[in-house]
Amino acid sequence: MSANRPGAAALATAAVVAAFLLLPLLAVVPISFTPARFLTMPKGSWSLIHYRELIANPDWGRSVLLSLRIGVVSSLIATVLATLFALGIWMARPRLSALLVGFVLLPMIVPPIVSAMTLYFLLTGLSQLTGLVGYDTWLGVVLAHVVMIAPFAVVLILVALAGVDRRIDLAARGFGATVTQRALRVILPNIRFGVLMAGLLAFVLSWEEIGVTLFITSVNAITLPRLMWMGVHDNIDPAIAAVSVVLIALTTIALVGRMMLHRTQA
Amino acid sequence: MQRRTRAFTGLFLTAPLLAFLLLAYVLPFLGVVRWSVTLPEPGFSQYRKLATDPLALAVLIRTLRICALVTIAATAAAYAIAYVWVRGTPLQRRLAELCILIPFWISVLTRAFGWLALLSNRGLVNTWLQGLGVLAEPLTLVRNEFGVVVGMTHFLIPFAVFPIASAMQAIDGRVLLAARGLGAARLRIFWRIFVPMTLSGIVGAALIVFVFALGFFVTPAILGGGHSVMVAELVYLHMFQSPDWGLGAAISVALVLVVGLLMGLLFRFARPAGLRASR
Repeated sequence: MSANRPGAAALATAAVVAAFLLLPLLAVVPISFTPARFLTMPKGSWSLIHYRELIANPDWGRSVLLSLRIGVVSSLIATVLATLFALGIWMARPRLSALLVGFVLLPMIVPPIVSAMTLYFLLTGLSQLTGLVGYDTWLGVVLAHVVMIAPFAVVLILVALAGVDRRIDLAARGFGATVTQRALRVILPNIRFGVLMAGLLAFVLSWEEIGVTLFITSVNAITLPRLMWMGVHDNIDPAIAAVSVVLIALTTIALVGRMMLHRTQA
Repeated sequence: MQRRTRAFTGLFLTAPLLAFLLLAYVLPFLGVVRWSVTLPEPGFSQYRKLATDPLALAVLIRTLRICALVTIAATAAAYAIAYVWVRGTPLQRRLAELCILIPFWISVLTRAFGWLALLSNRGLVNTWLQGLGVLAEPLTLVRNEFGVVVGMTHFLIPFAVFPIASAMQAIDGRVLLAARGLGAARLRIFWRIFVPMTLSGIVGAALIVFVFALGFFVTPAILGGGHSVMVAELVYLHMFQSPDWGLGAAISVALVLVVGLLMGLLFRFARPAGLRASR
């Protein structure tokens, strides 16, 4: 095994790819300290005005709170629906299971632009029935996000279920456990980590969702990515660099922390 | 009796998600299909326009060209870093994992913005090159096709890494040792044994990247800056800038058909883990 470690050429190529992957993330750091109002390098003088802007301008705080609320609600709904679905597939093993799973994975496979148009159609239609769930409302965004993130939760939970030994379920059934008991007391405890990861992934996906959100919101339901979009696309605002630095730092801390945790466990 | 309970359980548990997606996704999609054949007048005029309009055709060809370039670049890059992630020393593996997962978890907006910071006229690259006196005028690196290809490749590399890495993991190390024992040189082992054994991962990765790239909106919109419009941005333009919903819907339907065809191919070569798990 050790005889087949990557050689110098393989390591050098991988290092180039690694640099390519990390460079744009590092590039936002100096930009975020520019004193200018436009995207430029801080030449000599560094400033914190864009970080102060994040606190001073209430739009940022409001959009973070809205994104958190939408993320929590939509990931909870998506995880519950996905868990029920995956349990049904695993316990009943219907003959059409491949078809059913393929069907619920559709929003993951169909191009986001098509999903965006579809959900725009749905929400503008709902707007005419009720003002509560519709175009440019927070519940409308929740509805759209559940559609988009549920397939990812289904995949993660199915993978977790694939690791469960069917014999424990058989034993429970042999002892006369009901379907509910089997699901809640036997299977779920065995996949709780997978369900947790599915919920976490669903939350992160909702928190960053922009491809669909862009189409179904305008002035009221401004999520954090929607606000960032305006700062990147419509006019380039260095405050985006400050937000990006905060987000990159959080992600890096979480991943390095997870890695350290795994090392101490191993 | 038992069979019926089982069927009932399956139906009861799977129904909520199935019903939800049917109502909130499939039915509205049929509405979009209806737009494509009724706006502005009933018939297939929008599809005819799509096939003959020079602007739409130019966008289509550009999209295919960009997708092909991105697919080759992202798959090759993913292979290089997946190799170290799977076969490196423990330290190399941890570093490779961080380089793959950190960008993976960071939003597409932040990553596109990072490329603006790096490549725009007053960005890092141009500032340095001008500071060194290499350039008098800034190079135009974004708001064109180059920027779009770079940004999309960056976004899609992690997605290509996963199928390739799982194919590499499945290789029995003893095969490689045997080849070495029989006197094969390093390069020969890599190209004649290792790469062919990961072919399914390569094909799977390339198809995933191509399918994702085809309907991509955010990165081209930011890094193309309106100069390098791809199919998805064309839909956006027809929805919100110069409304022609019928044409936008027709493009969407055509996209779904193409992606469906490609997914059929993908399933022939590599079944996604989620589906295999359900068996």
